[in-house]
Amino acid sequence: MTNQDVLNTLTRILRDLLSDDSIVLTMETRRDEVANWDSFAYVNFIVAVESEFGVKFRVAEVESYENVGAIVRRISAMLITR
Amino acid sequence: MMDWLPVPDNFRGCLRLAVEASADRLEKLAALAQHRLGYLEMIQLDRALGPACTESPRGFSSVRLALLSSATVDHLVPSIRIAGLRRRLLVDVHVGPYGQYRQQLLEAESPLHHLRPQVVLLSLSAREAIAAVPLTATAAEADSAINRAIDELRTLWRKARETFHATVIQQTFLNIAEPLFGSFDRLVAGVPAQLIAHLNERLSQAADEDSVLLLDIARTSERDGLDAWFDVTRWLQAKMEIAPQAAPVYGELLTRVIAAKYGLSKKCLVLDLDNTLWGGVIGDDGPQGIVLGEGTGTGEAHLALQHYAKQLKERGVILAVCSKNDPLVAEAVFRDHPEMFLKRADIAAFVANWEDKAANLRRIAEQLNIGIESLVFVDDNPAERARIRQSLPMVAVPEMPDDAAQYVRCLADAGYFESVAFTADDSKRGQQYAANTSREAFLESSQSMDDFLRGLEMSLTFGPFQKVDLARVAQLIGKTNQFNLTTRRHSLEEVTRFVATDRCLTLQFRLVDRFGDNGLVSAMILLPDPRSADVLEIDTWVMSCRVFGRQLELEAMNVAVKTAREMGVRAFRADYIPTSKNAVVSDLYSTLGFERAREAMNGNGASRWFLHLPDYVPHSTHIAQMVGAV
Repeated sequence: MTNQDVLNTLTRILRDLLSDDSIVLTMETRRDEVANWDSFAYVNFIVAVESEFGVKFRVAEVESYENVGAIVRRISAMLITR
Repeated sequence: MMDWLPVPDNFRGCLRLAVEASADRLEKLAALAQHRLGYLEMIQLDRALGPACTESPRGFSSVRLALLSSATVDHLVPSIRIAGLRRRLLVDVHVGPYGQYRQQLLEAESPLHHLRPQVVLLSLSAREAIAAVPLTATAAEADSAINRAIDELRTLWRKARETFHATVIQQTFLNIAEPLFGSFDRLVAGVPAQLIAHLNERLSQAADEDSVLLLDIARTSERDGLDAWFDVTRWLQAKMEIAPQAAPVYGELLTRVIAAKYGLSKKCLVLDLDNTLWGGVIGDDGPQGIVLGEGTGTGEAHLALQHYAKQLKERGVILAVCSKNDPLVAEAVFRDHPEMFLKRADIAAFVANWEDKAANLRRIAEQLNIGIESLVFVDDNPAERARIRQSLPMVAVPEMPDDAAQYVRCLADAGYFESVAFTADDSKRGQQYAANTSREAFLESSQSMDDFLRGLEMSLTFGPFQKVDLARVAQLIGKTNQFNLTTRRHSLEEVTRFVATDRCLTLQFRLVDRFGDNGLVSAMILLPDPRSADVLEIDTWVMSCRVFGRQLELEAMNVAVKTAREMGVRAFRADYIPTSKNAVVSDLYSTLGFERAREAMNGNGASRWFLHLPDYVPHSTHIAQMVGAV
């Protein structure tokens, strides 16, 4: 699974979560750039992502992702070592 | 988890169709809610459902729930609302501010007063209750700390009752404590895991004494494993004590309890025979060929299902059979097969033929005189299940596992028969329904209805509610949907309060006939009119569907009028409030001789009726009033 595949899946999850099909995530997207992606929606997003990929983020990570790209890279890394 | 629900076929497409539908949008969403959905899907479906309406749409009921917690619980709301929708119950959820459950209940100005919750749920973490107990605490010290915590809860329960007349549900405490010594933990009173276990024990006692309902997630988390319920990352990140992944199950468990309280639990288990109650096909394999009973794993698996069904019967669930079979061949198995645990007498309605099962399920509901939505249909055949889901969406059809060994677990997990009481009447219900089958045979052999009723040799005992009646009366009020004039769901405490109210007339009725004792089958609550001393209002009148068509409503009114006259009452006032299920009594007051008031009632289609007691002519019936009745 390429980074782009992971990114596409994240986009789909966030669209479903916020009922907003206009959302397009890039590696550089930051949370405050997406309407309604508040901290509660972020927890929900992480839950849905973990469930989709069968992975688990570390507590330190979920608190400090700089942008979507950091999440994508972390997922890819977890998928490889699994 | 939730394996009894079928996996949705194209969730997104169905959701889009439902959202775009205008007329039957809610029906489409309710159909989607019947599927096994994950956390994200719950959020999506909940958003499509939108905010709660003030009036419940046709065929749905609604309830206002206050969810008060010491942790974050917002993530549970979509799953609660969708699990409610699964039962056609629209739940308006109010979540109290984080951690402020005490203030919400105790302060006079809290937002709860605007919501007027009908159900108050306390979802608390054990952390607070045990925080101050040192590891070195003696058993007595641990005990007193736990008692303090329980006493505080009881104060909150009482407050919720007094202020809102709400049903109170208390969640059991998740035992999130890690082992400390190891196996030795069980011998040390001050160990957190022990304290929490102890807390849950005390909680159950107190809930029983105070008639508070439990939401036992502690038990379910033991069954599913704590990891399915508690995710420490979510706790640290967002103070969620219940893991988001467990939210769909949480919503299911909670709305089961609420639905049970509102009389929406299932009542009848309809069982297929071949490859369900036994292995193999009786028509092909013959009595020697079917697999049942001790000796083989498969035979014991089917036997285990029979044992479980029998236990359900003992707690008041009605059993029925619906099978594609020759009726004589099928009945012969019950009569002659030595390994059969269920007997023919356990089955209140037995339908074996080659006809369509949807039609047969209708027949079973009719024969038992219960709503078809009270049925659970268990069949190993996916084609039959699909057929019933499609043509009778109101019937619950569990997705049965491939492996017969898992049948009982699947049925138990599905929790269709959730109950909030267990009375002496429950354990006799199976017998009573079986007696009804004898009554029906007698009816068929009778020349006329009049003949039938006379031949039943019915007698009625009645009187004000006694202490021993209260649980059954509250249950009848909670569960009766058809013969229920106002559908006011008074709780046990409210009923108890009515009994103590000055000039309030309560009446309970027990009907016996030659086929057996039907038990306490009707209850009436008449409240004094604050404006005129000689008027009573029929606040509540319910009757079990088991005794419809026996003239009991006529005789009960005779009793009510006579008793009220002796109290000096001159008139009854009564409302009929229509619901989707009580059309059977829409003309009742007219039939009984009440006059309809001209005043218009507000909006809900209700009508108001009056009866001038001096003009009342007792109805003549075939029911004898027992001498010596209180």
